[in-house]
Amino acid sequence: MNNVFEKIVETIVDAKGIDAASVKPESTFKDLNVDSLDIAEMVMTLEDEFGITIELEEGIATVQDLVNLINERIAG
Amino acid sequence: MKILGTGSALPAKVVKNDDLTAFLDTNDEWISTRTGIRERRLLTTETLQELAERAARAAMESAGVSPEEIDFVLVSTVQAETLSPALACDIQSALGLKCMGMDINAGCTGFIAALSVAEGLIASGRAKKLLVVSAEALSRFADWTDRSTCVLFGDAAGAAVVGEGAGVKDIRFASEPRRDVLCASTPPGNSPFAVDPKPAQYLKMQGQEVYKFAVSHSFKDIREMLACHDLQPEDVDFYVLHQANMRILEAVRTRLKVDAARFPHNIERTGNTSSATVPVLLDELYRAGKLKPGCRVILNAFGAGLCTGTALIDF
Repeated sequence: MNNVFEKIVETIVDAKGIDAASVKPESTFKDLNVDSLDIAEMVMTLEDEFGITIELEEGIATVQDLVNLINERIAG
Repeated sequence: MKILGTGSALPAKVVKNDDLTAFLDTNDEWISTRTGIRERRLLTTETLQELAERAARAAMESAGVSPEEIDFVLVSTVQAETLSPALACDIQSALGLKCMGMDINAGCTGFIAALSVAEGLIASGRAKKLLVVSAEALSRFADWTDRSTCVLFGDAAGAAVVGEGAGVKDIRFASEPRRDVLCASTPPGNSPFAVDPKPAQYLKMQGQEVYKFAVSHSFKDIREMLACHDLQPEDVDFYVLHQANMRILEAVRTRLKVDAARFPHNIERTGNTSSATVPVLLDELYRAGKLKPGCRVILNAFGAGLCTGTALIDF
């Protein structure tokens, strides 16, 4: 769980050049200035990292939403 | 097979991002940062047939080929002027061509698919000089109430005359059948026997899934094409990619680690015109004098299917 969150933070920091401390589970992507294509780009990195395929759906608003989605896929 | 000449045509009507705010909750900043698009050209009084005809005439003129020399017309389009006959037939009528013609629908990959069919017709001896036209009127089936998709599209036609010779070195395809990610449907008709006919559905697209597919496949397909021909990314002068989204172009370019000058684009002026983007951009490069002899180009397009096509061409 923590591993997934940390990896997402790392990906956001790499992509947007923002401070890691500002990314919280409850942070919305909108507040982080991460748009839908940024999310798609991040998800491609995370798919490779965790060896999973994620079908992106509407309604991924917060970092925690993405953590949950990835954990669901890892759990199979 | 060799590309002998190119042509293109855009509708007269320019629609800027801010023009869309009259009926959509959107703005120039939202559209341009997510897509790179500033304006697009849309059909008003012109027909798709007229656009296609203009592009075809320009291609024949640049190739120095007369209508009598054309022995096959291949058109790629997602939706022709009419369900039947094919748009190829409309072009033949307009140009007075008596040869065979037909339409191909491979989504945004259509131009490369048509080039591949042309190559086969030349190799079999059934044709010597072909007119390949990609003509698209996405404005007719985009959903103008959906601000996440309609802002992306434009109308255009691009064309090429191809013939015997060396130049087109290789054409490859890849696909991942996923209909719901990018689809539009035709009207249901009025058959009294149809059970529960579905109404026509305008174009729907899952942008994030298309982005993932486009970026991962374009990069992989281009890398494979380079590897098969013992080439490095910097051995190619221009990567003429389907103009779907500037962010996709940039994502592929940075993965290939090549400079921006090798990734020409016109999406800021045209929007996404489906299979027409590649021949229109190719024509713009040609007319700007950039496709000199010895120039090496990779074409790459991706779209509905989902499918992709990649071509390696030496001019």
